[in-house]
Amino acid sequence: MAEYERVEHDVLVIGAGGAGLRAAIEAAAAGARVGLVCKSLLGKAHTVMAEGGAAAAMGNVDDRDNWRVHFADTMRGGQYMNNWRMAELHAKEAPDRIHELEAWGALFDRTPDGRILQRNFGGHRYPRLAHVGDRTGLEMIRTLQDHAIHLAIDVHMEVTVVQLLKDGDRVAGALAYDREKGRFRLFSSGAVVLATGGIGRAFSVTSNSWEYTGDGHALAYSTGAELVDMEFVQFHPTGMVWPPSVKGILVTEGVRGEGGVLRNSLGKRFMFDDIPDNYRPQTADTEEEGWRYVTGDKAARRPPELLTRDHVARCIQREVREGRGSPHGGVFLDIAWIKERIPNAADHIRKKLPSMYHQFMQLANIDITTTPMEVGPTTHYIMGGIRVDGDSQMSTVPGLFAAGECAAGLHGANRLGGNSLSDLLVFGRRAGEYAARFAAERGVAQPPVSEADAAVARALEPFERSGSPEAPYAIQHELQRMMQDLVGIVRQEDEMKRALDGVRQLRRRAGQVGVTGNREYNPGWHTALDLDNLLTISEAIALAAIERRESRGGHFRDDHPDKDPQYAKFNIVIRRGADGSMQLERRPIPSLPAELAAIVEEQKS
Amino acid sequence: MAATTFRVWRGDKGKGAFTEYRTDITEGMVVLDAMHQIQAESAGDLAVRWNCKAGKCGSCSAEINGQPRLMCMTRMDELPANEPVTLEPMRAFPHVRDLVTDVSWNYEVKKKIRKFTPRAPDAPDGSWRMAQEDVDRVQEFRKCIECFLCQDVCHVLRDHHKHDEFIGPRFFVYTAALEMHPLDTGDRLRDLKEDQAIGYCNITKCCTKVCPEHITITDNAIIPLKERVVDEFYDPVVKLVRLIRGKKSS
Ligand SMILES: Cc1cc2nc3c(=O)[nH]c(=O)nc-3n(C[C@H](O)[C@H](O)[C@H](O)COP(=O)(O)OP(=O)(O)OC[C@H]3O[C@@H](n4cnc5c(N)ncnc54)[C@H](O)[C@@H]3O)c2cc1C
Ligand code: SF4
Ligand code: SF4
Ligand code: FES
Repeated sequence: MAEYERVEHDVLVIGAGGAGLRAAIEAAAAGARVGLVCKSLLGKAHTVMAEGGAAAAMGNVDDRDNWRVHFADTMRGGQYMNNWRMAELHAKEAPDRIHELEAWGALFDRTPDGRILQRNFGGHRYPRLAHVGDRTGLEMIRTLQDHAIHLAIDVHMEVTVVQLLKDGDRVAGALAYDREKGRFRLFSSGAVVLATGGIGRAFSVTSNSWEYTGDGHALAYSTGAELVDMEFVQFHPTGMVWPPSVKGILVTEGVRGEGGVLRNSLGKRFMFDDIPDNYRPQTADTEEEGWRYVTGDKAARRPPELLTRDHVARCIQREVREGRGSPHGGVFLDIAWIKERIPNAADHIRKKLPSMYHQFMQLANIDITTTPMEVGPTTHYIMGGIRVDGDSQMSTVPGLFAAGECAAGLHGANRLGGNSLSDLLVFGRRAGEYAARFAAERGVAQPPVSEADAAVARALEPFERSGSPEAPYAIQHELQRMMQDLVGIVRQEDEMKRALDGVRQLRRRAGQVGVTGNREYNPGWHTALDLDNLLTISEAIALAAIERRESRGGHFRDDHPDKDPQYAKFNIVIRRGADGSMQLERRPIPSLPAELAAIVEEQKS
Repeated sequence: MAATTFRVWRGDKGKGAFTEYRTDITEGMVVLDAMHQIQAESAGDLAVRWNCKAGKCGSCSAEINGQPRLMCMTRMDELPANEPVTLEPMRAFPHVRDLVTDVSWNYEVKKKIRKFTPRAPDAPDGSWRMAQEDVDRVQEFRKCIECFLCQDVCHVLRDHHKHDEFIGPRFFVYTAALEMHPLDTGDRLRDLKEDQAIGYCNITKCCTKVCPEHITITDNAIIPLKERVVDEFYDPVVKLVRLIRGKKSS
């Protein structure tokens, strides 16, 4: 038997971003003994990077807003691929989740009458994002963290789960290693909540951190859970493009919400040239109207810069490809121009967008209060993920729950900005509640020791090949470049097939990877262990993207540039077959109940 | 730009030595990029803690040429050209490996600080009304990314090792955020004086100088807290007034 420390919890939450923390808090409040595991230190998860805000139809700034409008916006943004039950619950519950944060100490920016201020964001009809300057994620994660440390939650920091273990058909726990010593830890639990975030590290240009290797997606898949919508990856329109070392770092949509405009090298606001028909009634006709909108005129419609992300990203890509880009292969994002409109514009920008100001000053030597930024698309978010029940967040494996970015359904084919932070709260809470209930009903399970032993042996293999010429970093970089080039923002069948072959070859090479050094805080080893997950999700993305022979939301096919109504009828589900190969299925989308369908209709105008 | 030499502290549990690496520096690179490049080229097991690479998570704290800084926000072109760059782990915390230290003490300290306790909501829907100007003051403190660079540089911890008695600048900032929170009703002044040794701070302002979030730690957090402690425990008039009013200072 391999050596490991054994730990038991009623509910094991894997991931300590917004979703994991919120789940842990709820499960602890229900009386469960909770374990919370995270790869990095507590409070450092990706959620900390979120900038713009959290969407909730509180109607503080525009009282025409309510859950029905938010629901319809989310469905429209997701091109009706969404799990409508999740979209409904999310729209209804988000305001309470935001108020609850305030009760735990969060301090959002205020309206003149002292309520929570809300800002405009792409695809949201009314100002809806509760925010704190451009560091909303930090406020959120710190509030949850500081609340959680006073509850019965054991935190396992810098501990990485490498495999989920089952007892019969239900999930029974997980095997993990700690970074500091490289020792293994075997968790037994009554239920597991995955809240591991996204997959951005499968691409070379991304706004995501090293943690985003799709672990939760791959862990769930390997345990027999279904993944859905994996073809829908969001490329955020505005990442930094220069200097090379910061390429991909996010420039918040908040810049455009505050009046920032996109221009090409000819100085033209090219977004006015390409407004999709279904958004035309809500989009400004003139620059003048767009400005009135961002400054709060309720009669005005939003400027085209605030169209959905997929669309803006492709327009930028087109400008660059057709030779109207900026010197370093992006376009210009200009917020400095608002000095023509308001006094003290520089102060206003620094106040509203402090981290952006800081980020460009420090990393690119650019003062955004005087100079336009250069921006281009960056891999940002995955709409697809673990398929869950809308109410309980349980996956297709009993006892295995998922919430946050690693779960799928709420966002459909394209996520609206701000809908993730609220997603984490609404569904993190639900996952925690139902996981605690499941654990209470079924008791703690016992993972089979033989499986744990096998997982330990597999994890240690790279050390046995320390002389191998295959280095983990090189394979990771090759995979990232390949996914970026062949399965990126504009896709084609033959290229994606090449990518699939490439993934299979890289998988063979990953099986030969060797690492040097010992088990203590060894990033080479960690990278080697992450490779498997990256390869699994890359294969899933490519497979699903080949199958969807149309363009919709975040998924754009050069060889099928239009939407095809046939493809509106199903989601693509991925599952591991009995022979271990990846299987794909078209799963019909259940039709909207009459009440929700009526809301969608009424909000179309 | 040309190849640059890095002298990187390598070793376990405090024992170690500088190892030299050379790597090519290109435009815009930050120190963390150089560390990643060295990992990929020649030292796959070089231990570095990082996460966001955008100055937002506070993971990548280290001492660069002797200065406590974030590796991801230190551009190579701000450092003296043609000189080796020295990289060491933070010295105020137990060493783990290479550039990584054990900062868990900070997490333990935080647990002991009395938690946020709001007054009853102002509106029937459970929400509160607060003015932006009252929120502004606290928002400065809430910018903290918990990089612990201020803890690293504070002589009370770094040189005098008062970790058992003194909570350090990060947690004065944290306490100030709670004490000045418009909704909070808790009282942490006795703790500050007796268990957290705010008196040890002699306002050298070293913490403020290294804070990557530009939080004015000493002037805006520590000094006002010290004043409140003095008012509470050494000024009988203020104390009496507060007793009668039955509330804490705001
Ligand atoms: C720069 C940026 C800005 C953004 N801005 C916004 C915004 O303004 N509004 C909005 O709504 N959304 C925004 N998003 C998206 C949003 O921040 C993320 O989708 C969201 O924070 C994800 O939260 P999460 O709880 O699902 O996961 P995360 O916060 O990413 O947490 C994942 C956790 O899982 C842990 N983990 C992962 N794998 C393992 C493993 N194998 N073992 C153990 N632990 C593991 C990690 O350590 C981490 O603790 C932004 C994203 C980025 C990158
Ligand atoms: S001002 Fe006080 S807390 Fe800050 S470094 Fe000096 S002694 Fe430490
Ligand atoms: S106060 Fe500043 S230096 Fe100290 S931990 Fe926070 S961000 Fe870092
Ligand atoms: S890596 Fe997050 S602050 Fe440097």
